[in-house]
Amino acid sequence: MIIFQNVSKIYKNNSHETIALDDATFHVKPQEFVSLVGKSGAGKSTVIKLLIGEDMPTKGKVVIGSYNVNKLKPIEMPYLRRKIGVIFQDFKLLNDKTAYENVAFAMEVAGRTPKEIMEFTPQALDMVGLKEKASNFPRELSGGEKQRVAIARAMINHPDVLVADEPTGNLDPVNSADIIKLLIKINELGTTVILATHNKDIVDNLNRRVISLEDGKVIRDEERGKYILV
Amino acid sequence: MFTNFSRIIKYGFVGFWRNGWLSAATIAIMFLVLVGFGCLLIFSSVTNIFISDIQDKIDISAYFKTDAPEDEILKIKKALESLTEVKSIEYISRDEALKIFKLQHQADDTVSQALEELSVNPLSASLNIKARELKDYSVIASYLGKEDFKNFISKVSYTQNVKVIDRLKRIKGIVEQGGFVMIVFISLIAALIIFNTIRLAIYSNREEIGIMRLVGGSNFFIRGPYLIEGMLYGFISGVLSVGIISLLVYYAAPYLKIFVPGINGWGYYTARLSGFFMWQLAFGIGLGIISSYIAVRKYLKI
Repeated sequence: MIIFQNVSKIYKNNSHETIALDDATFHVKPQEFVSLVGKSGAGKSTVIKLLIGEDMPTKGKVVIGSYNVNKLKPIEMPYLRRKIGVIFQDFKLLNDKTAYENVAFAMEVAGRTPKEIMEFTPQALDMVGLKEKASNFPRELSGGEKQRVAIARAMINHPDVLVADEPTGNLDPVNSADIIKLLIKINELGTTVILATHNKDIVDNLNRRVISLEDGKVIRDEERGKYILV
Repeated sequence: MFTNFSRIIKYGFVGFWRNGWLSAATIAIMFLVLVGFGCLLIFSSVTNIFISDIQDKIDISAYFKTDAPEDEILKIKKALESLTEVKSIEYISRDEALKIFKLQHQADDTVSQALEELSVNPLSASLNIKARELKDYSVIASYLGKEDFKNFISKVSYTQNVKVIDRLKRIKGIVEQGGFVMIVFISLIAALIIFNTIRLAIYSNREEIGIMRLVGGSNFFIRGPYLIEGMLYGFISGVLSVGIISLLVYYAAPYLKIFVPGINGWGYYTARLSGFFMWQLAFGIGLGIISSYIAVRKYLKI
C-alpha cells in the first residue's frame, strides 16, 4: 500500500516560493496500475521524487509498505530503493557499464550472491528482449533498448512497486507501445505500477486508474479514467 | 561483506581501466607534482650534506708558546675534553707540526734550507678542536681565553674564523627554516593540486554516482570503487615519480662531487631509497584516498 497523506512540497528559491505539490492525498493498493497525468509542472515528477526519497515533503506523510519515507535517514534510503524499481525518461543507465552490468549492479548493491546474479540477470534481459545485447554499452543501444535495460534493472530485485517517470518521453510511438506493453506485463505478474506521463494516447488505451494533477493539486481520481485536458 | 569488498575492488579496477584517459591524465598530474615534491626533498638533503661537509672542515686551533711544557698542554686538552660542546680534539706536538710542515714544503728548497739552518724547531704545538655545533665555537673560544691558560697559549684561531663561522651559522639557519617552510608550502600546493585533479575526475562521474544512489546503492558501496581508484592513482604516480627521480639522481650524482668531494651521492640515495619510496607512496596514496573520499561525498546526498 502506498499512502500520500496531505502532502505538500514547496521549493524555496531566495524569497521566491514554488508550490510543486499542494495538499495531495491518494492511496494506491497493491498490484494496481495507476497513471499520474497532468501538464508539465503539474507535480507528476514531484510525486515520483517523493516516492523514491529523492526529495522530502514540506508537509504531510508518504508511506510505502512498511517505510515512512519522510522519516527515513539517508543511511536507510538504499533499503527503500531496493524495494522500488524506478525508470526515468532519460534512462539513467551507468554509461561505463554494459547492459548486463547495469542490470547486475542493482543486484550487487542489494548484496545478492554471484550465483543469483548469474542466474537472474540473463533472465531479466531475456524478459525485455535484450539477451543478445548483454555486452553492449549504453552508447551502443537505441533509446528503446536503453529503456528496456532500465526496466530489466528496475525489476531485477523483484520490487513491490515499479515507478515510471515519463518512460516514453524520449521514444517513438512503436518503442513507446513496446515499453507500455512491458509495464502491463509486469503489472499482471503482481507488481504495482505507477506511471507518470503526459501522453494522452497511452493513458486512454490503458483504461486503468488515472490520477490527474494540476498546479500541484489532485483534481481527479478515476478507477477507469481517461486523460482529460482542461 | 566479503562479496561486497571484492565487488568494490573489482569496480575500482574496472573503472580505472575503462576511464583510461581520465586515469592517465590524473596520474600524469599527480606524477609531476610528486616529482616536484621529491626533488625538493632531495634538494634539501643535498643542501644539508653540503653544509655539514663545510661544518666538518671548520675547527678552532689553540697554538701554544714554544716553551709550554707538554704535560700542561695535555692537561688543557683533558679540561677541554670535559666540555660538552667539544666533539673531538687533535693534539699536534711541535715535532709533528715540523713533520707536517716539511711534508707540505717538500718541493720548496728555500724553505727546507731555512729550516736546516735553524738549530731549533720554530713551530708551536697546537690543539685542533671541533665543536658539536657551530654555536659552540664561541663557548670554546672564550674558555681558551681564560687567565689560567694565558701563560701557555699564544694564539687562538677563532678570531680569524669567527666571520666564516658566523656566516655559516646564518646560512644553516636559513636553509633549515627555509627548507622546512618550503616543504610545508609545497606539500600544501601538491595536496591542493592532487585534490583538485581527483575532484575533476570524480566530477565527470557525478551523474553515475546519483544513479547508483537511485538504484539503491549504499554510500559505502558507491564510494568504495572511487577510493580504490584514488589509491591506484597514488600508487602508480608514486612508483613512477620514484623511478624518474632515481634516474635523475643516478646521472646527477657524479656532479655532486664537485661541491662535496668524496661523497657517493648514489650510495647516499640508495641507502635512503626505501624510506623515500615509502614516503612518496604514502603521500600519493594518502592524498588519492582522502581526495576521493571528500570529492565523492558531495554527490552522495541524493
